[in-house]
Amino acid sequence: MTREMTGAKMVVQALKDQGVDTVFGYPGGAVLPIYDEIFLQNDIRHILVRHEQGAVHAAEGYARSTGKPGVALVTSGPGATNAVTGLTDALLDSIPIVVLTGQVPTFMIGSDAFQEADTVGITRPCTKHNWLVKDTDSLSDTMHEAFHVATSGRPGPVLVDIPKDVQFATGDYSAPKPSTSHYQPIVKGDLEEITELVAAIETAKKPVFYTGGGVINSGTAASQLLRELVDATGFPITSTLMGLGAYPASGKNWLGMLGMHGLYEANLAMHDCDLMINIGARFDDRITGRIDAFSPNSKKAHIDIDPSSINKVIRVDIPIVGDVAHVLEDILKVWKARGRKTDEASVAKWQDQITEWRKVNCLAYTNSEKTIKPQYALERLEELTKKHDRYITTEVGQHQMWAAQYLNFEDPNRWMTSGGLGTMGYGFPASIGVQMAHPDALVINVAGEASWLMNMQEMGTAAQYRLPVKQFILNNERLGMVRQWQELLHGERYSHSWSEALPDFVKLAEAFGAKGILCSDPADLDDAIMEMINYDGPVIFDCLVEKHENCFPMIPSGKAHNEMLLGEAETQGVIDSKGSVLV
Amino acid sequence: MSALHIKKGATRHSAYNLRPTFSDVQERHTIAVLVENEPGVLARVIGLFSGRGYNIESLTVAEVDHTGHLSRITIVTTGTPQVIEQIKAQLGRIVPVHEVHDLTVEGASVERELAIIKVVGAGDKRVEALRLADIFRASVVDSTLNSFIFELTGAPDKIDAFADLMRPLGLVEIARTGVAALLRGD
Repeated sequence: MTREMTGAKMVVQALKDQGVDTVFGYPGGAVLPIYDEIFLQNDIRHILVRHEQGAVHAAEGYARSTGKPGVALVTSGPGATNAVTGLTDALLDSIPIVVLTGQVPTFMIGSDAFQEADTVGITRPCTKHNWLVKDTDSLSDTMHEAFHVATSGRPGPVLVDIPKDVQFATGDYSAPKPSTSHYQPIVKGDLEEITELVAAIETAKKPVFYTGGGVINSGTAASQLLRELVDATGFPITSTLMGLGAYPASGKNWLGMLGMHGLYEANLAMHDCDLMINIGARFDDRITGRIDAFSPNSKKAHIDIDPSSINKVIRVDIPIVGDVAHVLEDILKVWKARGRKTDEASVAKWQDQITEWRKVNCLAYTNSEKTIKPQYALERLEELTKKHDRYITTEVGQHQMWAAQYLNFEDPNRWMTSGGLGTMGYGFPASIGVQMAHPDALVINVAGEASWLMNMQEMGTAAQYRLPVKQFILNNERLGMVRQWQELLHGERYSHSWSEALPDFVKLAEAFGAKGILCSDPADLDDAIMEMINYDGPVIFDCLVEKHENCFPMIPSGKAHNEMLLGEAETQGVIDSKGSVLV
Repeated sequence: MSALHIKKGATRHSAYNLRPTFSDVQERHTIAVLVENEPGVLARVIGLFSGRGYNIESLTVAEVDHTGHLSRITIVTTGTPQVIEQIKAQLGRIVPVHEVHDLTVEGASVERELAIIKVVGAGDKRVEALRLADIFRASVVDSTLNSFIFELTGAPDKIDAFADLMRPLGLVEIARTGVAALLRGD
């Protein structure tokens, strides 16, 4: 069925037909017709951000906490270029978002018109796909295809660039129908490979599940199936930063996060295992450490929906291309049909070995009665918020790693962090997106003061929409992770890794009509956190923490999993010249 | 559709895993990519190569199916087997890409390139150029009293050889199309 309407109306109609209820955006000359249509309807809420980067991160937060695509709407030129960081962030973390940009009218494209930029050219390498719509008749199909591409296969960001004359002109609108484009990624895994993996599961003596964001992206069914498989086999499981929550932190087979700042037991299990089952992770360099020493004695299986992930970094023995939920379902089916076998005696021995590693207690730290240790702050935050309907976002740096280590996630979609791109300034706008999707939930952005300042203008958004987002800032007056690397690698020459002009965060909160809380004494911490939780509105929590705390455990760059640093013990010279060129 | 069958390529029964270990040997592969002929599609393919640091030795593109709006891109590239596999998988990820074929591993293929070559000279050199052109089955497509333009079709090696011979005889300009290639047989 087709209906005639303007391009601007088509955009809003297509969003409605795609089930979109919230759009994050910022108006400008080239999107005014669309904003006019938004004004004339009530089905889609528009959230006015304060910077286009914030709109895209908010859309990411919305997407990651709901599993639905997030939508951002920005104008041409600077609106589009400001969206680039968010698009790249979503590309590296495989987050489904649809970004709509205005463009100068088609007859002015190429003339260096006011606020003209080659948006599809600029965003080609940082989107999964993008389109410049040149006539109104093709606009609705392009919009629907954009949602199809963003959400199918390996999810990712897409962008639709819409010239202003295309928005004004009328054309035929067609409602969404099942996509007929050739882009239809395969979701079922090859049964022969799956059977080979099941055979490996049956005989493995030292197996480990290594899971990632692909499990979360695959949907809640994937997490359920993962839990069933892990608990039925009794194999230990670790996860990347992106995959936290797919398996509950309270589960008995949980090893904790792995990688550069992962847990000792998780990294040693990866190094010593004889069967590694990678589910929806991508052997990122933060995970593998030194490639030629990565898990030298294991058979490796890799389940991924993106064929380019397979054998990209680490050669695997059992490659399975498919959607995690579909593949896990088949694994369970085949494994059960073959009699639910595992080498129980050997796996029990392996679990004993892991128990020994756990005794190292790698997250232990020296607490203080005078200053708040960041780890302590997060332990208290965990304790006081774990019973809440809680969502956590983070910025990037030490606080992010501590949050991953000290906070526990029982369910998927509860943890939103910039993993691949490492975007400082991600967490605050993301928390706004999460709160919009879950108005009654407790949404906390665990932040460092330096990251937080990168998108602090979004306080205006939080205040305007009365979003009770809690900005839990671990304030060490340093770029903590940069400072840590300068200590370890650059002879303690702390080049530009601190700020001498930090704002008074309490006054800053008050200036935006929000609540500010300052806490510097460990004895006051619990009360202060409770005050934050109980306040019905946005809060900036300025938690003054130990300034020189380092984040451990740590696998130094260029080292293997079994060469991790556990604490403040001699850290000088641990990264050799070869490792220091790595990031 | 086989663009996504490259995924199929991820099983060990396909070309994907014919070479069991990663080696450091640089290989030269000819890859044919069938793409939807939409604006920017060539930029996507080229951007992939530059963005990820892959080599392009030669690239040709033209629409080959006017009703289906499909273009065929033929790329000659070099890399280790691991890089070649990555290139194919990354090409397969591009949304408007329909099919990716590695003509170097899928079977014997025919490679052809067309060159037009301008040779300027007089006297013996001019006669010798014409004689060599005859041997190479190059045809004269333009002539003045002191120049020829030859048209030559063949494998890239043959064109290289002809150009080398023409250089001392007065080669002043050469234009080459890049490689077009097809698998042999049905």
